[in-house]
Amino acid sequence: MTAASMTVPGTAALARIIAVHQSRDVLRKRWVIAYAIVLAVTGDLLLRLAGSGPSALVSLLNVVLLLVPLIALILGSASLYSAREFTELLLAQPIPRRALFIGLYLGLTLPLMGATLAGIALPFLLERALDPATTPMLALLLAVSILLVGVFTALAFLITVAVRDRARGLGVAILAWLALGILYDGVVLAVATVFRDWPIERGMLAAMALNPIDLARTILLLRLDVAALMGYTGAVFRSAFGTTAGLLIALSALAAWILVPWWLAARSFDRRDF
Amino acid sequence: MIQIRSVQKRFGRLPVLRGIDLALAPGRVTAIVGPNAAGKSTLIRCILGLTQPDSGSITLADGRDVRLPAARAAIGYMPQMPSFPDNLTGHEVLVMLDALRPDVVPDNTLLERFQLAGQLDKPVRTLSGGTRQKLSAVIAFRYRPSLLVLDEPTAGLDPLAASVFKSAVMAARDAGTTILLTTHVVAELAVLADDVAFLLDGTIRFAGSVAALLREADATTLDEALATLMQSPLEAIPAAALGAQADIHVVKEARA
Repeated sequence: MTAASMTVPGTAALARIIAVHQSRDVLRKRWVIAYAIVLAVTGDLLLRLAGSGPSALVSLLNVVLLLVPLIALILGSASLYSAREFTELLLAQPIPRRALFIGLYLGLTLPLMGATLAGIALPFLLERALDPATTPMLALLLAVSILLVGVFTALAFLITVAVRDRARGLGVAILAWLALGILYDGVVLAVATVFRDWPIERGMLAAMALNPIDLARTILLLRLDVAALMGYTGAVFRSAFGTTAGLLIALSALAAWILVPWWLAARSFDRRDF
Repeated sequence: MIQIRSVQKRFGRLPVLRGIDLALAPGRVTAIVGPNAAGKSTLIRCILGLTQPDSGSITLADGRDVRLPAARAAIGYMPQMPSFPDNLTGHEVLVMLDALRPDVVPDNTLLERFQLAGQLDKPVRTLSGGTRQKLSAVIAFRYRPSLLVLDEPTAGLDPLAASVFKSAVMAARDAGTTILLTTHVVAELAVLADDVAFLLDGTIRFAGSVAALLREADATTLDEALATLMQSPLEAIPAAALGAQADIHVVKEARA
């Protein structure tokens, strides 16, 4: 059969081919392995120092909320920029752009999710720390962490598709991480301080939902039962997110943080000139 | 015949292609030449479907638009700077690309002629630039394309590999493949090209056989002829059909 007369597999099959090979490449990257090891070593140290699973999880939560977005966004963006020439070669193959985009997204995101799961869960498994108090919290931390990986790799794709220049794109990725991971909380805290006499709890709820890291933190802190430390705001948050329905809504909001950037990036990838 | 009709492309306010009309005949090697920023890369990217023209169309020999993913099964592409996933082996790269075309039995002729099999089990990051270039050539020829797009193909190849590569290009041409070539190596043009399309400021200023170019430029060598083209303000050719008349006279003097 000649190349011109061949049949081309469907979008799902093509995306799977790309995702499988891309995953293989990503899983062999040193920084992915190092990331999983850092998470595992940190978890192990915290378990040894804190003495109990729940206490270690509260401490690990803060590490996860900074490290997972950092790795997914910045190293994800760097990895995508490095693969640009090969992406162009793939674009010249008989494959629809959407199938290629799905394959590339899954090929980066699934290995990072795997490394995150392994890095967080392994110390708890090895230290036999999975008591009834720890297991549900660990499961929730794992769920929220893989959602965060999905969010920040989607943002990495959006940045690399929108910003052609590698140096500028990586700058945008670093700024986005700083803004969402560090500066946003400072701004929210400043607003809360200035308007402390006003009934701003509902506004704070909305502010949390506008930042996936804060959304993740809120979900986890409420479930880790430290909301009492957050006073009246904690009570409002608990009434909003503390129920099962509230938890599902919060997780859905986090999922929307994956879907919206993903869709914007996919649409831009379909249309952009390479 | 690859038909390029009235292709226009601008990036922002900058017009890069200003209405390209060109027909590439099967069984001929056409070199796209021109100074930097003439629009060569953009034209090639349009042909590969990487860049969408603002207007006009590019159709392959079977009449399909290159923007259709399935149509690109007929295209073999060798980029100027080949890059592959660092942590995959050459073999894994080939397996991935083979899987995108499950009905095509891959052609291993060039792989064997380059004696590349021993290198395919190593991660791509450990391969030399020349070996990566050979892998890129193998991929371009592997699926028996009816259109081969070769962008500076011999950069990085040693003389032996370059010789093997050139003979593969000539064999493909003799088998009826349409071949589009860009190169800054004039000696390579002289050996490989049957036709030349000269781009300047986004328009085709000359399209015709190498013999016609030499005659028109009143030159004895290709370097001299190309230098003449770059210095002379020539009029755009509205529609050039390369290969249809191999010795066609297509250069027109500019209006005084």
